[in-house]
Amino acid sequence: MIEVENLVKTFGYFPVLRGVDLKVERGQFLAFLGPNGSGKTTMLRILQGLAKPTSGRVLIGGWEIPKETFAVRQQLGVVSHLPLLYDSLTAEENLLFFARLYDVPAAERGDRVHTMLQQVGLDKRAKSVVQTFSRGMVQRLAIARALLHDPAILLLDEPYTGLDVDAAALLDHLLTEVAGVKDGIRTVIMTTHDLGRAYQHATHVAILSRGKIGYYGPTSAMTTDELPRIYAETVGMVTTA
Amino acid sequence: MSVTTTTPETTSTTQPKKRRLRTPYFQVVASLAWKDLRAEARGREMVNAMLLFSIMAVLIFSFALELDRQAQEATVGGVLWVTIAFAGTLGLGRSLAAEKDKGSLDALLLAPVERSALFYGKMIGNFLFTLAVGFLLVFLLTVLFNVNLFRPVLWLIIVLGCLGFATTGTLVASMSVHARAREMLLPILLLPVILPIIISATRASTALLTELKTEDWLPWIQLLGVVDFVFLLAGFFLFDFIVEE
Amino acid sequence: MQYSESRTRNLRWLTYASIGLFIISFWMIFSYVGPERTQGEVQRIFYTHLGAFFASFVLFVVALIAGIQYLRTRHEKWDDLGLSAIELGLIFSLINIVTGAIWARPIWNTWWTWDPRLTTVAIMWLAYAAYLMLRAGIEDPNRRRRFAAVYSILAFSSVFLTIIIIRVRPDTIHPVVAGPTSTSEGIEGDFAMSDRITTTLLFTIFTYVVISITLLWHRIRLENRTKLIQARKMKLLLNA
Repeated sequence: MIEVENLVKTFGYFPVLRGVDLKVERGQFLAFLGPNGSGKTTMLRILQGLAKPTSGRVLIGGWEIPKETFAVRQQLGVVSHLPLLYDSLTAEENLLFFARLYDVPAAERGDRVHTMLQQVGLDKRAKSVVQTFSRGMVQRLAIARALLHDPAILLLDEPYTGLDVDAAALLDHLLTEVAGVKDGIRTVIMTTHDLGRAYQHATHVAILSRGKIGYYGPTSAMTTDELPRIYAETVGMVTTA
Repeated sequence: MSVTTTTPETTSTTQPKKRRLRTPYFQVVASLAWKDLRAEARGREMVNAMLLFSIMAVLIFSFALELDRQAQEATVGGVLWVTIAFAGTLGLGRSLAAEKDKGSLDALLLAPVERSALFYGKMIGNFLFTLAVGFLLVFLLTVLFNVNLFRPVLWLIIVLGCLGFATTGTLVASMSVHARAREMLLPILLLPVILPIIISATRASTALLTELKTEDWLPWIQLLGVVDFVFLLAGFFLFDFIVEE
Repeated sequence: MQYSESRTRNLRWLTYASIGLFIISFWMIFSYVGPERTQGEVQRIFYTHLGAFFASFVLFVVALIAGIQYLRTRHEKWDDLGLSAIELGLIFSLINIVTGAIWARPIWNTWWTWDPRLTTVAIMWLAYAAYLMLRAGIEDPNRRRRFAAVYSILAFSSVFLTIIIIRVRPDTIHPVVAGPTSTSEGIEGDFAMSDRITTTLLFTIFTYVVISITLLWHRIRLENRTKLIQARKMKLLLNA
């Protein structure tokens, strides 16, 4: 589903990504880990088509970035730590607007928006302005927004940032149930600092360190306690260098 | 705009298989403009600030320049355009900062849409808000400067001037919004670039209001039209480079 | 990055040539050409005034081309060229403005007046100064280069305005030197051009354009050296 070959990205003379190789199969849930400054955000921005790679090859669903970004974008749903929503529009208006941008056919638009609102449990607040929402509700709406056009790939960029315990638990629930992650119909890449959640959701773990993949493996091959150790060992190279 | 039909790999639970690769151009422009108008109709933060600012500016002008009838006719064009430029700059900064801070600019860029369509969509919103200021000023200046501004040709000048201003302004503001001191940087970047618009609009307005002959104001309107066209075209080509990394 | 011997030698010769040209034009301005009929000695500053204007014009055109080329190719060298050209262009147009003010004091009896030509030149200068502000304000280097290129294209509209304003606004008191003048046969507007004046003028303009290109070349080299040092530092840091 996602293939990355020898991806390099430099800012000026500073190499942020120094040859990343990564392959994510359809239906996999990849936890993409790494300390701040390891190039996680840059990597995600490249996958989203928001940043151009300096060199290397990125294939998403068989389409190449950056040449065929339109096709790639149609298949991506993004949930970030920023809401990516408009404060002064209602929940419904927000979703209708993005449905139009993603070219959800006019006949289905209304139904689709209401199904999504129902699934994230916001149907009672459809006519309320996003400004009045709590952080958790905003994040729920953000998930509805990301799934509106039924994307094959879901990118989650630190989705737990700023959520309280309840909201985070609800997000866990939504990820497994609504996003269809457990059924394996969607490919997911999630960046996070929360190793427990990474282990809980992911089928595979990739750890980015100094602009390269320092570790890659399935979660089935490790126990919950092992992940923090592996993470520290992989990332540790930076601090001891 | 070519609308290709293809079958992307989707999970396809609710959608039909065939889908357009990119959203039609005018659908993007229209929905973006609709979104800005809808948000503004609810909050009215931006338009209220712009209108209040222009009322205050005009009051200060009429207070500071206590002029006789002839001098009023000669200055009212300048007052009109200076106020539109400053009030417009106020709105522009707000309009693009609102997109950037909540990450919604990224959300727009993530959609399968042409970048220039986003530009024109954003520009239409800014254009209409600036136009609102322009027409408020028509009333205000008529009252306070005692010069009749209810003239169709002047309205044409206002429409053309605001269009050029909104086009250039949207382009420049989408750059300045990424800078550290963006509130300060926007007027500094914008004013030198919109000068051709402000000059021709002011000259056309003044020539019209001081009852000069047609050949005195018509060339300025033509120049304004040409400049508008050039900047609309520049927006089409340059906006891609501004948002695309 | 290593410079070839021949390029360094060419630049050295160009530098000598610039110095030589400058000395000759200095001599021409102060000794070869006589004082102008109506304005007297003060008119001599006018050669420098126009020379600097043409130099800055050439540099801003270079910046425009560099901007377009950067957006097309995304090659850093175009950004370096654009930045260097605009920095030098600002210096030359400052010389242009200052010499203009010195000339205007005895001739127009004021240092500065809000004549259309003077206004547009001032705005042009501000537009390119704003270009430097924009660069200083953007942190991400790629974004900085992109925005700078876009803005250098937009800022060129002010150069264009400066050139055409004299033809559009007949009420300017600034003399139109190149091309047909629309000014009436006034005292200030009328430059009686003797052969010697023309020769000196053309020679000074040529000199200033050559000087600006020489300086541009040096400025780019300086930029390259700075980058080389930065790259080496970065390499050391990463391999430490």
